[in-house]
Amino acid sequence: MNRTETLRTMIRKHKRWDMLFGLLGLLAMSVAIFTLVALFVDMAVTGIPRLSTDFFTSFPSRRAAGAGILSSWVGSILVMMVTAFVAVPLGIAGAVYLEEYARKNWFTTIIEINITNLAGVPSIIYGLLALGLFIYTFGLGQSILTAGLTLALLILPIVITTTREALRSIPQHVREAAYACGASQYQVVSQHLLPYSLPGILTGVIIGLSRAIGETAPIITIGALTFIAFLPPVPFSGDPPAGMFDWLFSPFTVMPIQIFNWTSRPDPAFLQNAAAASFVLIFMTLGMNGLAIWLRYRLRKNIKW
Amino acid sequence: MTAVPITGAAKLAEYAQAKAARKRREKVIEAILLLAACVSVFTTAGIVYILISESVVFFSAVPIWDFLTDNQWTPLFSDARFGIWVLMSGTITSSAVALLVAIPMGTIIAIYLSEFAGHKTREILKPVLELLSGVPTIIYGYFALLFVTPLIQKIYPGLPSFNILSAGLVMGVMIIPYVSSLSEDAMRAVPMSLREGSYAMGATRYQTAVNVVVPAATSGIASAYILGISRAVGETMILAVAAGMQPNLTFNPLEPAATITAFIVQVALGDLPHGSIGYQTIFAAGLSLFLLTLAFNVFGHWMRLRFREKY
Repeated sequence: MNRTETLRTMIRKHKRWDMLFGLLGLLAMSVAIFTLVALFVDMAVTGIPRLSTDFFTSFPSRRAAGAGILSSWVGSILVMMVTAFVAVPLGIAGAVYLEEYARKNWFTTIIEINITNLAGVPSIIYGLLALGLFIYTFGLGQSILTAGLTLALLILPIVITTTREALRSIPQHVREAAYACGASQYQVVSQHLLPYSLPGILTGVIIGLSRAIGETAPIITIGALTFIAFLPPVPFSGDPPAGMFDWLFSPFTVMPIQIFNWTSRPDPAFLQNAAAASFVLIFMTLGMNGLAIWLRYRLRKNIKW
Repeated sequence: MTAVPITGAAKLAEYAQAKAARKRREKVIEAILLLAACVSVFTTAGIVYILISESVVFFSAVPIWDFLTDNQWTPLFSDARFGIWVLMSGTITSSAVALLVAIPMGTIIAIYLSEFAGHKTREILKPVLELLSGVPTIIYGYFALLFVTPLIQKIYPGLPSFNILSAGLVMGVMIIPYVSSLSEDAMRAVPMSLREGSYAMGATRYQTAVNVVVPAATSGIASAYILGISRAVGETMILAVAAGMQPNLTFNPLEPAATITAFIVQVALGDLPHGSIGYQTIFAAGLSLFLLTLAFNVFGHWMRLRFREKY
């Protein structure tokens, strides 16, 4: 065999490795995607027959067929309101400070390391924090307020990180132009930087909330009840001023807790309820994630500095 | 009567006053923002304070040596024994199973997305992959218990309905995006010139990826792995639902076992009076978990700083 022929075989062999690895990559990718699809289809097939108006408007019950998710979806929404109300302003303010105001010193470094680290703390640890601090030190009880605050602390690093990224992507000359017109630092932030970074911030908030709405462990740790057959008072409906906040201190349950409760029963009828509730929950979280991805995509496409 | 226009020194004084007021306002705003940024520090301080103060009470009742060496974990029995190793074995086994899935698959996917896939493919596949980490963990738990376990039981009928294997496998799939997206970021940060040099020498894509890009991105890939490990160690609901809550000193993934996190869930579900020893065990268990993940996080951070390649 001559030299060219040897070379050709060698190249062919190497090219074959190339193709094999490409296939391997696709295979790994499709295993991951297949899992997602299997999960979604499994929930849909088992759960959809249970979905009806009654399922959304009934309280949990000892009879599987009559049980519904009224108290849990209402609870989830109320807890999310508290979480968003706390985490969004705090997260944005913290990010603005770190990105626009902070000088480079040891204190800033400590805050930054802290945020990175908090993002890696398991969620159940936040539950222990809430149990020790909010419930037994501050005496807030096993209430909507406690759960909302806990989840707010949990998603704070997500909101801060995405807001910082959004602020960082605004070019320096925008700031310089505003300063040149005599704007103060706060005016630059509130009239220019925040409006421009709004889509980015929104993405972070949505991803954070979608994480919070599916979070189970911290809520179980603070001892949320699993069987709630009443609704918390309608927000801001009581006698002002004190009665308006009664809902914050009401006992509650949320969707993931309800699913966990149904999953841990041996009766298949309850498992079917769990699948139906899971389908609702997965629909909500994937919907929120999809919205965030779409926002980010739009953002990247439209803004050309 | 018309107002006399302010001129000269008076005007300047007015300007100075306005400027001072503005400066003051800016200072107040900065202080508020600083306070918001400090919430993260307060959170960490709160976690450390709560975990340590409750654990101190626990360790005054249970010798720390027993906690580390006992081979029984029965905190709720009358003859209470506290051997954290029993829970630790469950955590280690389940994390090992999860990482055996997540690390190879995450790395392959990262290499594929960064070096093989075209721009369009990547733009579509990446978000889909990220959805995997958006699914609530309780749903993964349900999926592991009622879909994956029966599936494995068809192949291996002796598998108990609660087992570490299926929980670990599902957990591994959940962790894939954490591993792959960080690794991919690290690989994409490798400058194009290195790849071009490699291609110019006649290397194929595969050879370039394995011999040039991956070694150059080692620190980033390693920190992605460490993030994956700390996720696996801290994961709660999948294990609480699908791996059972029986403390079991075993490294066999085919058996049921409780992890540190599952134990905390189990205790929280019951009604333990505040201040009882059973109540304090969850803080001691939480402290072990916190220290474990903290060690991994710090190590990952250090790796990234220490071995960061500068181009």
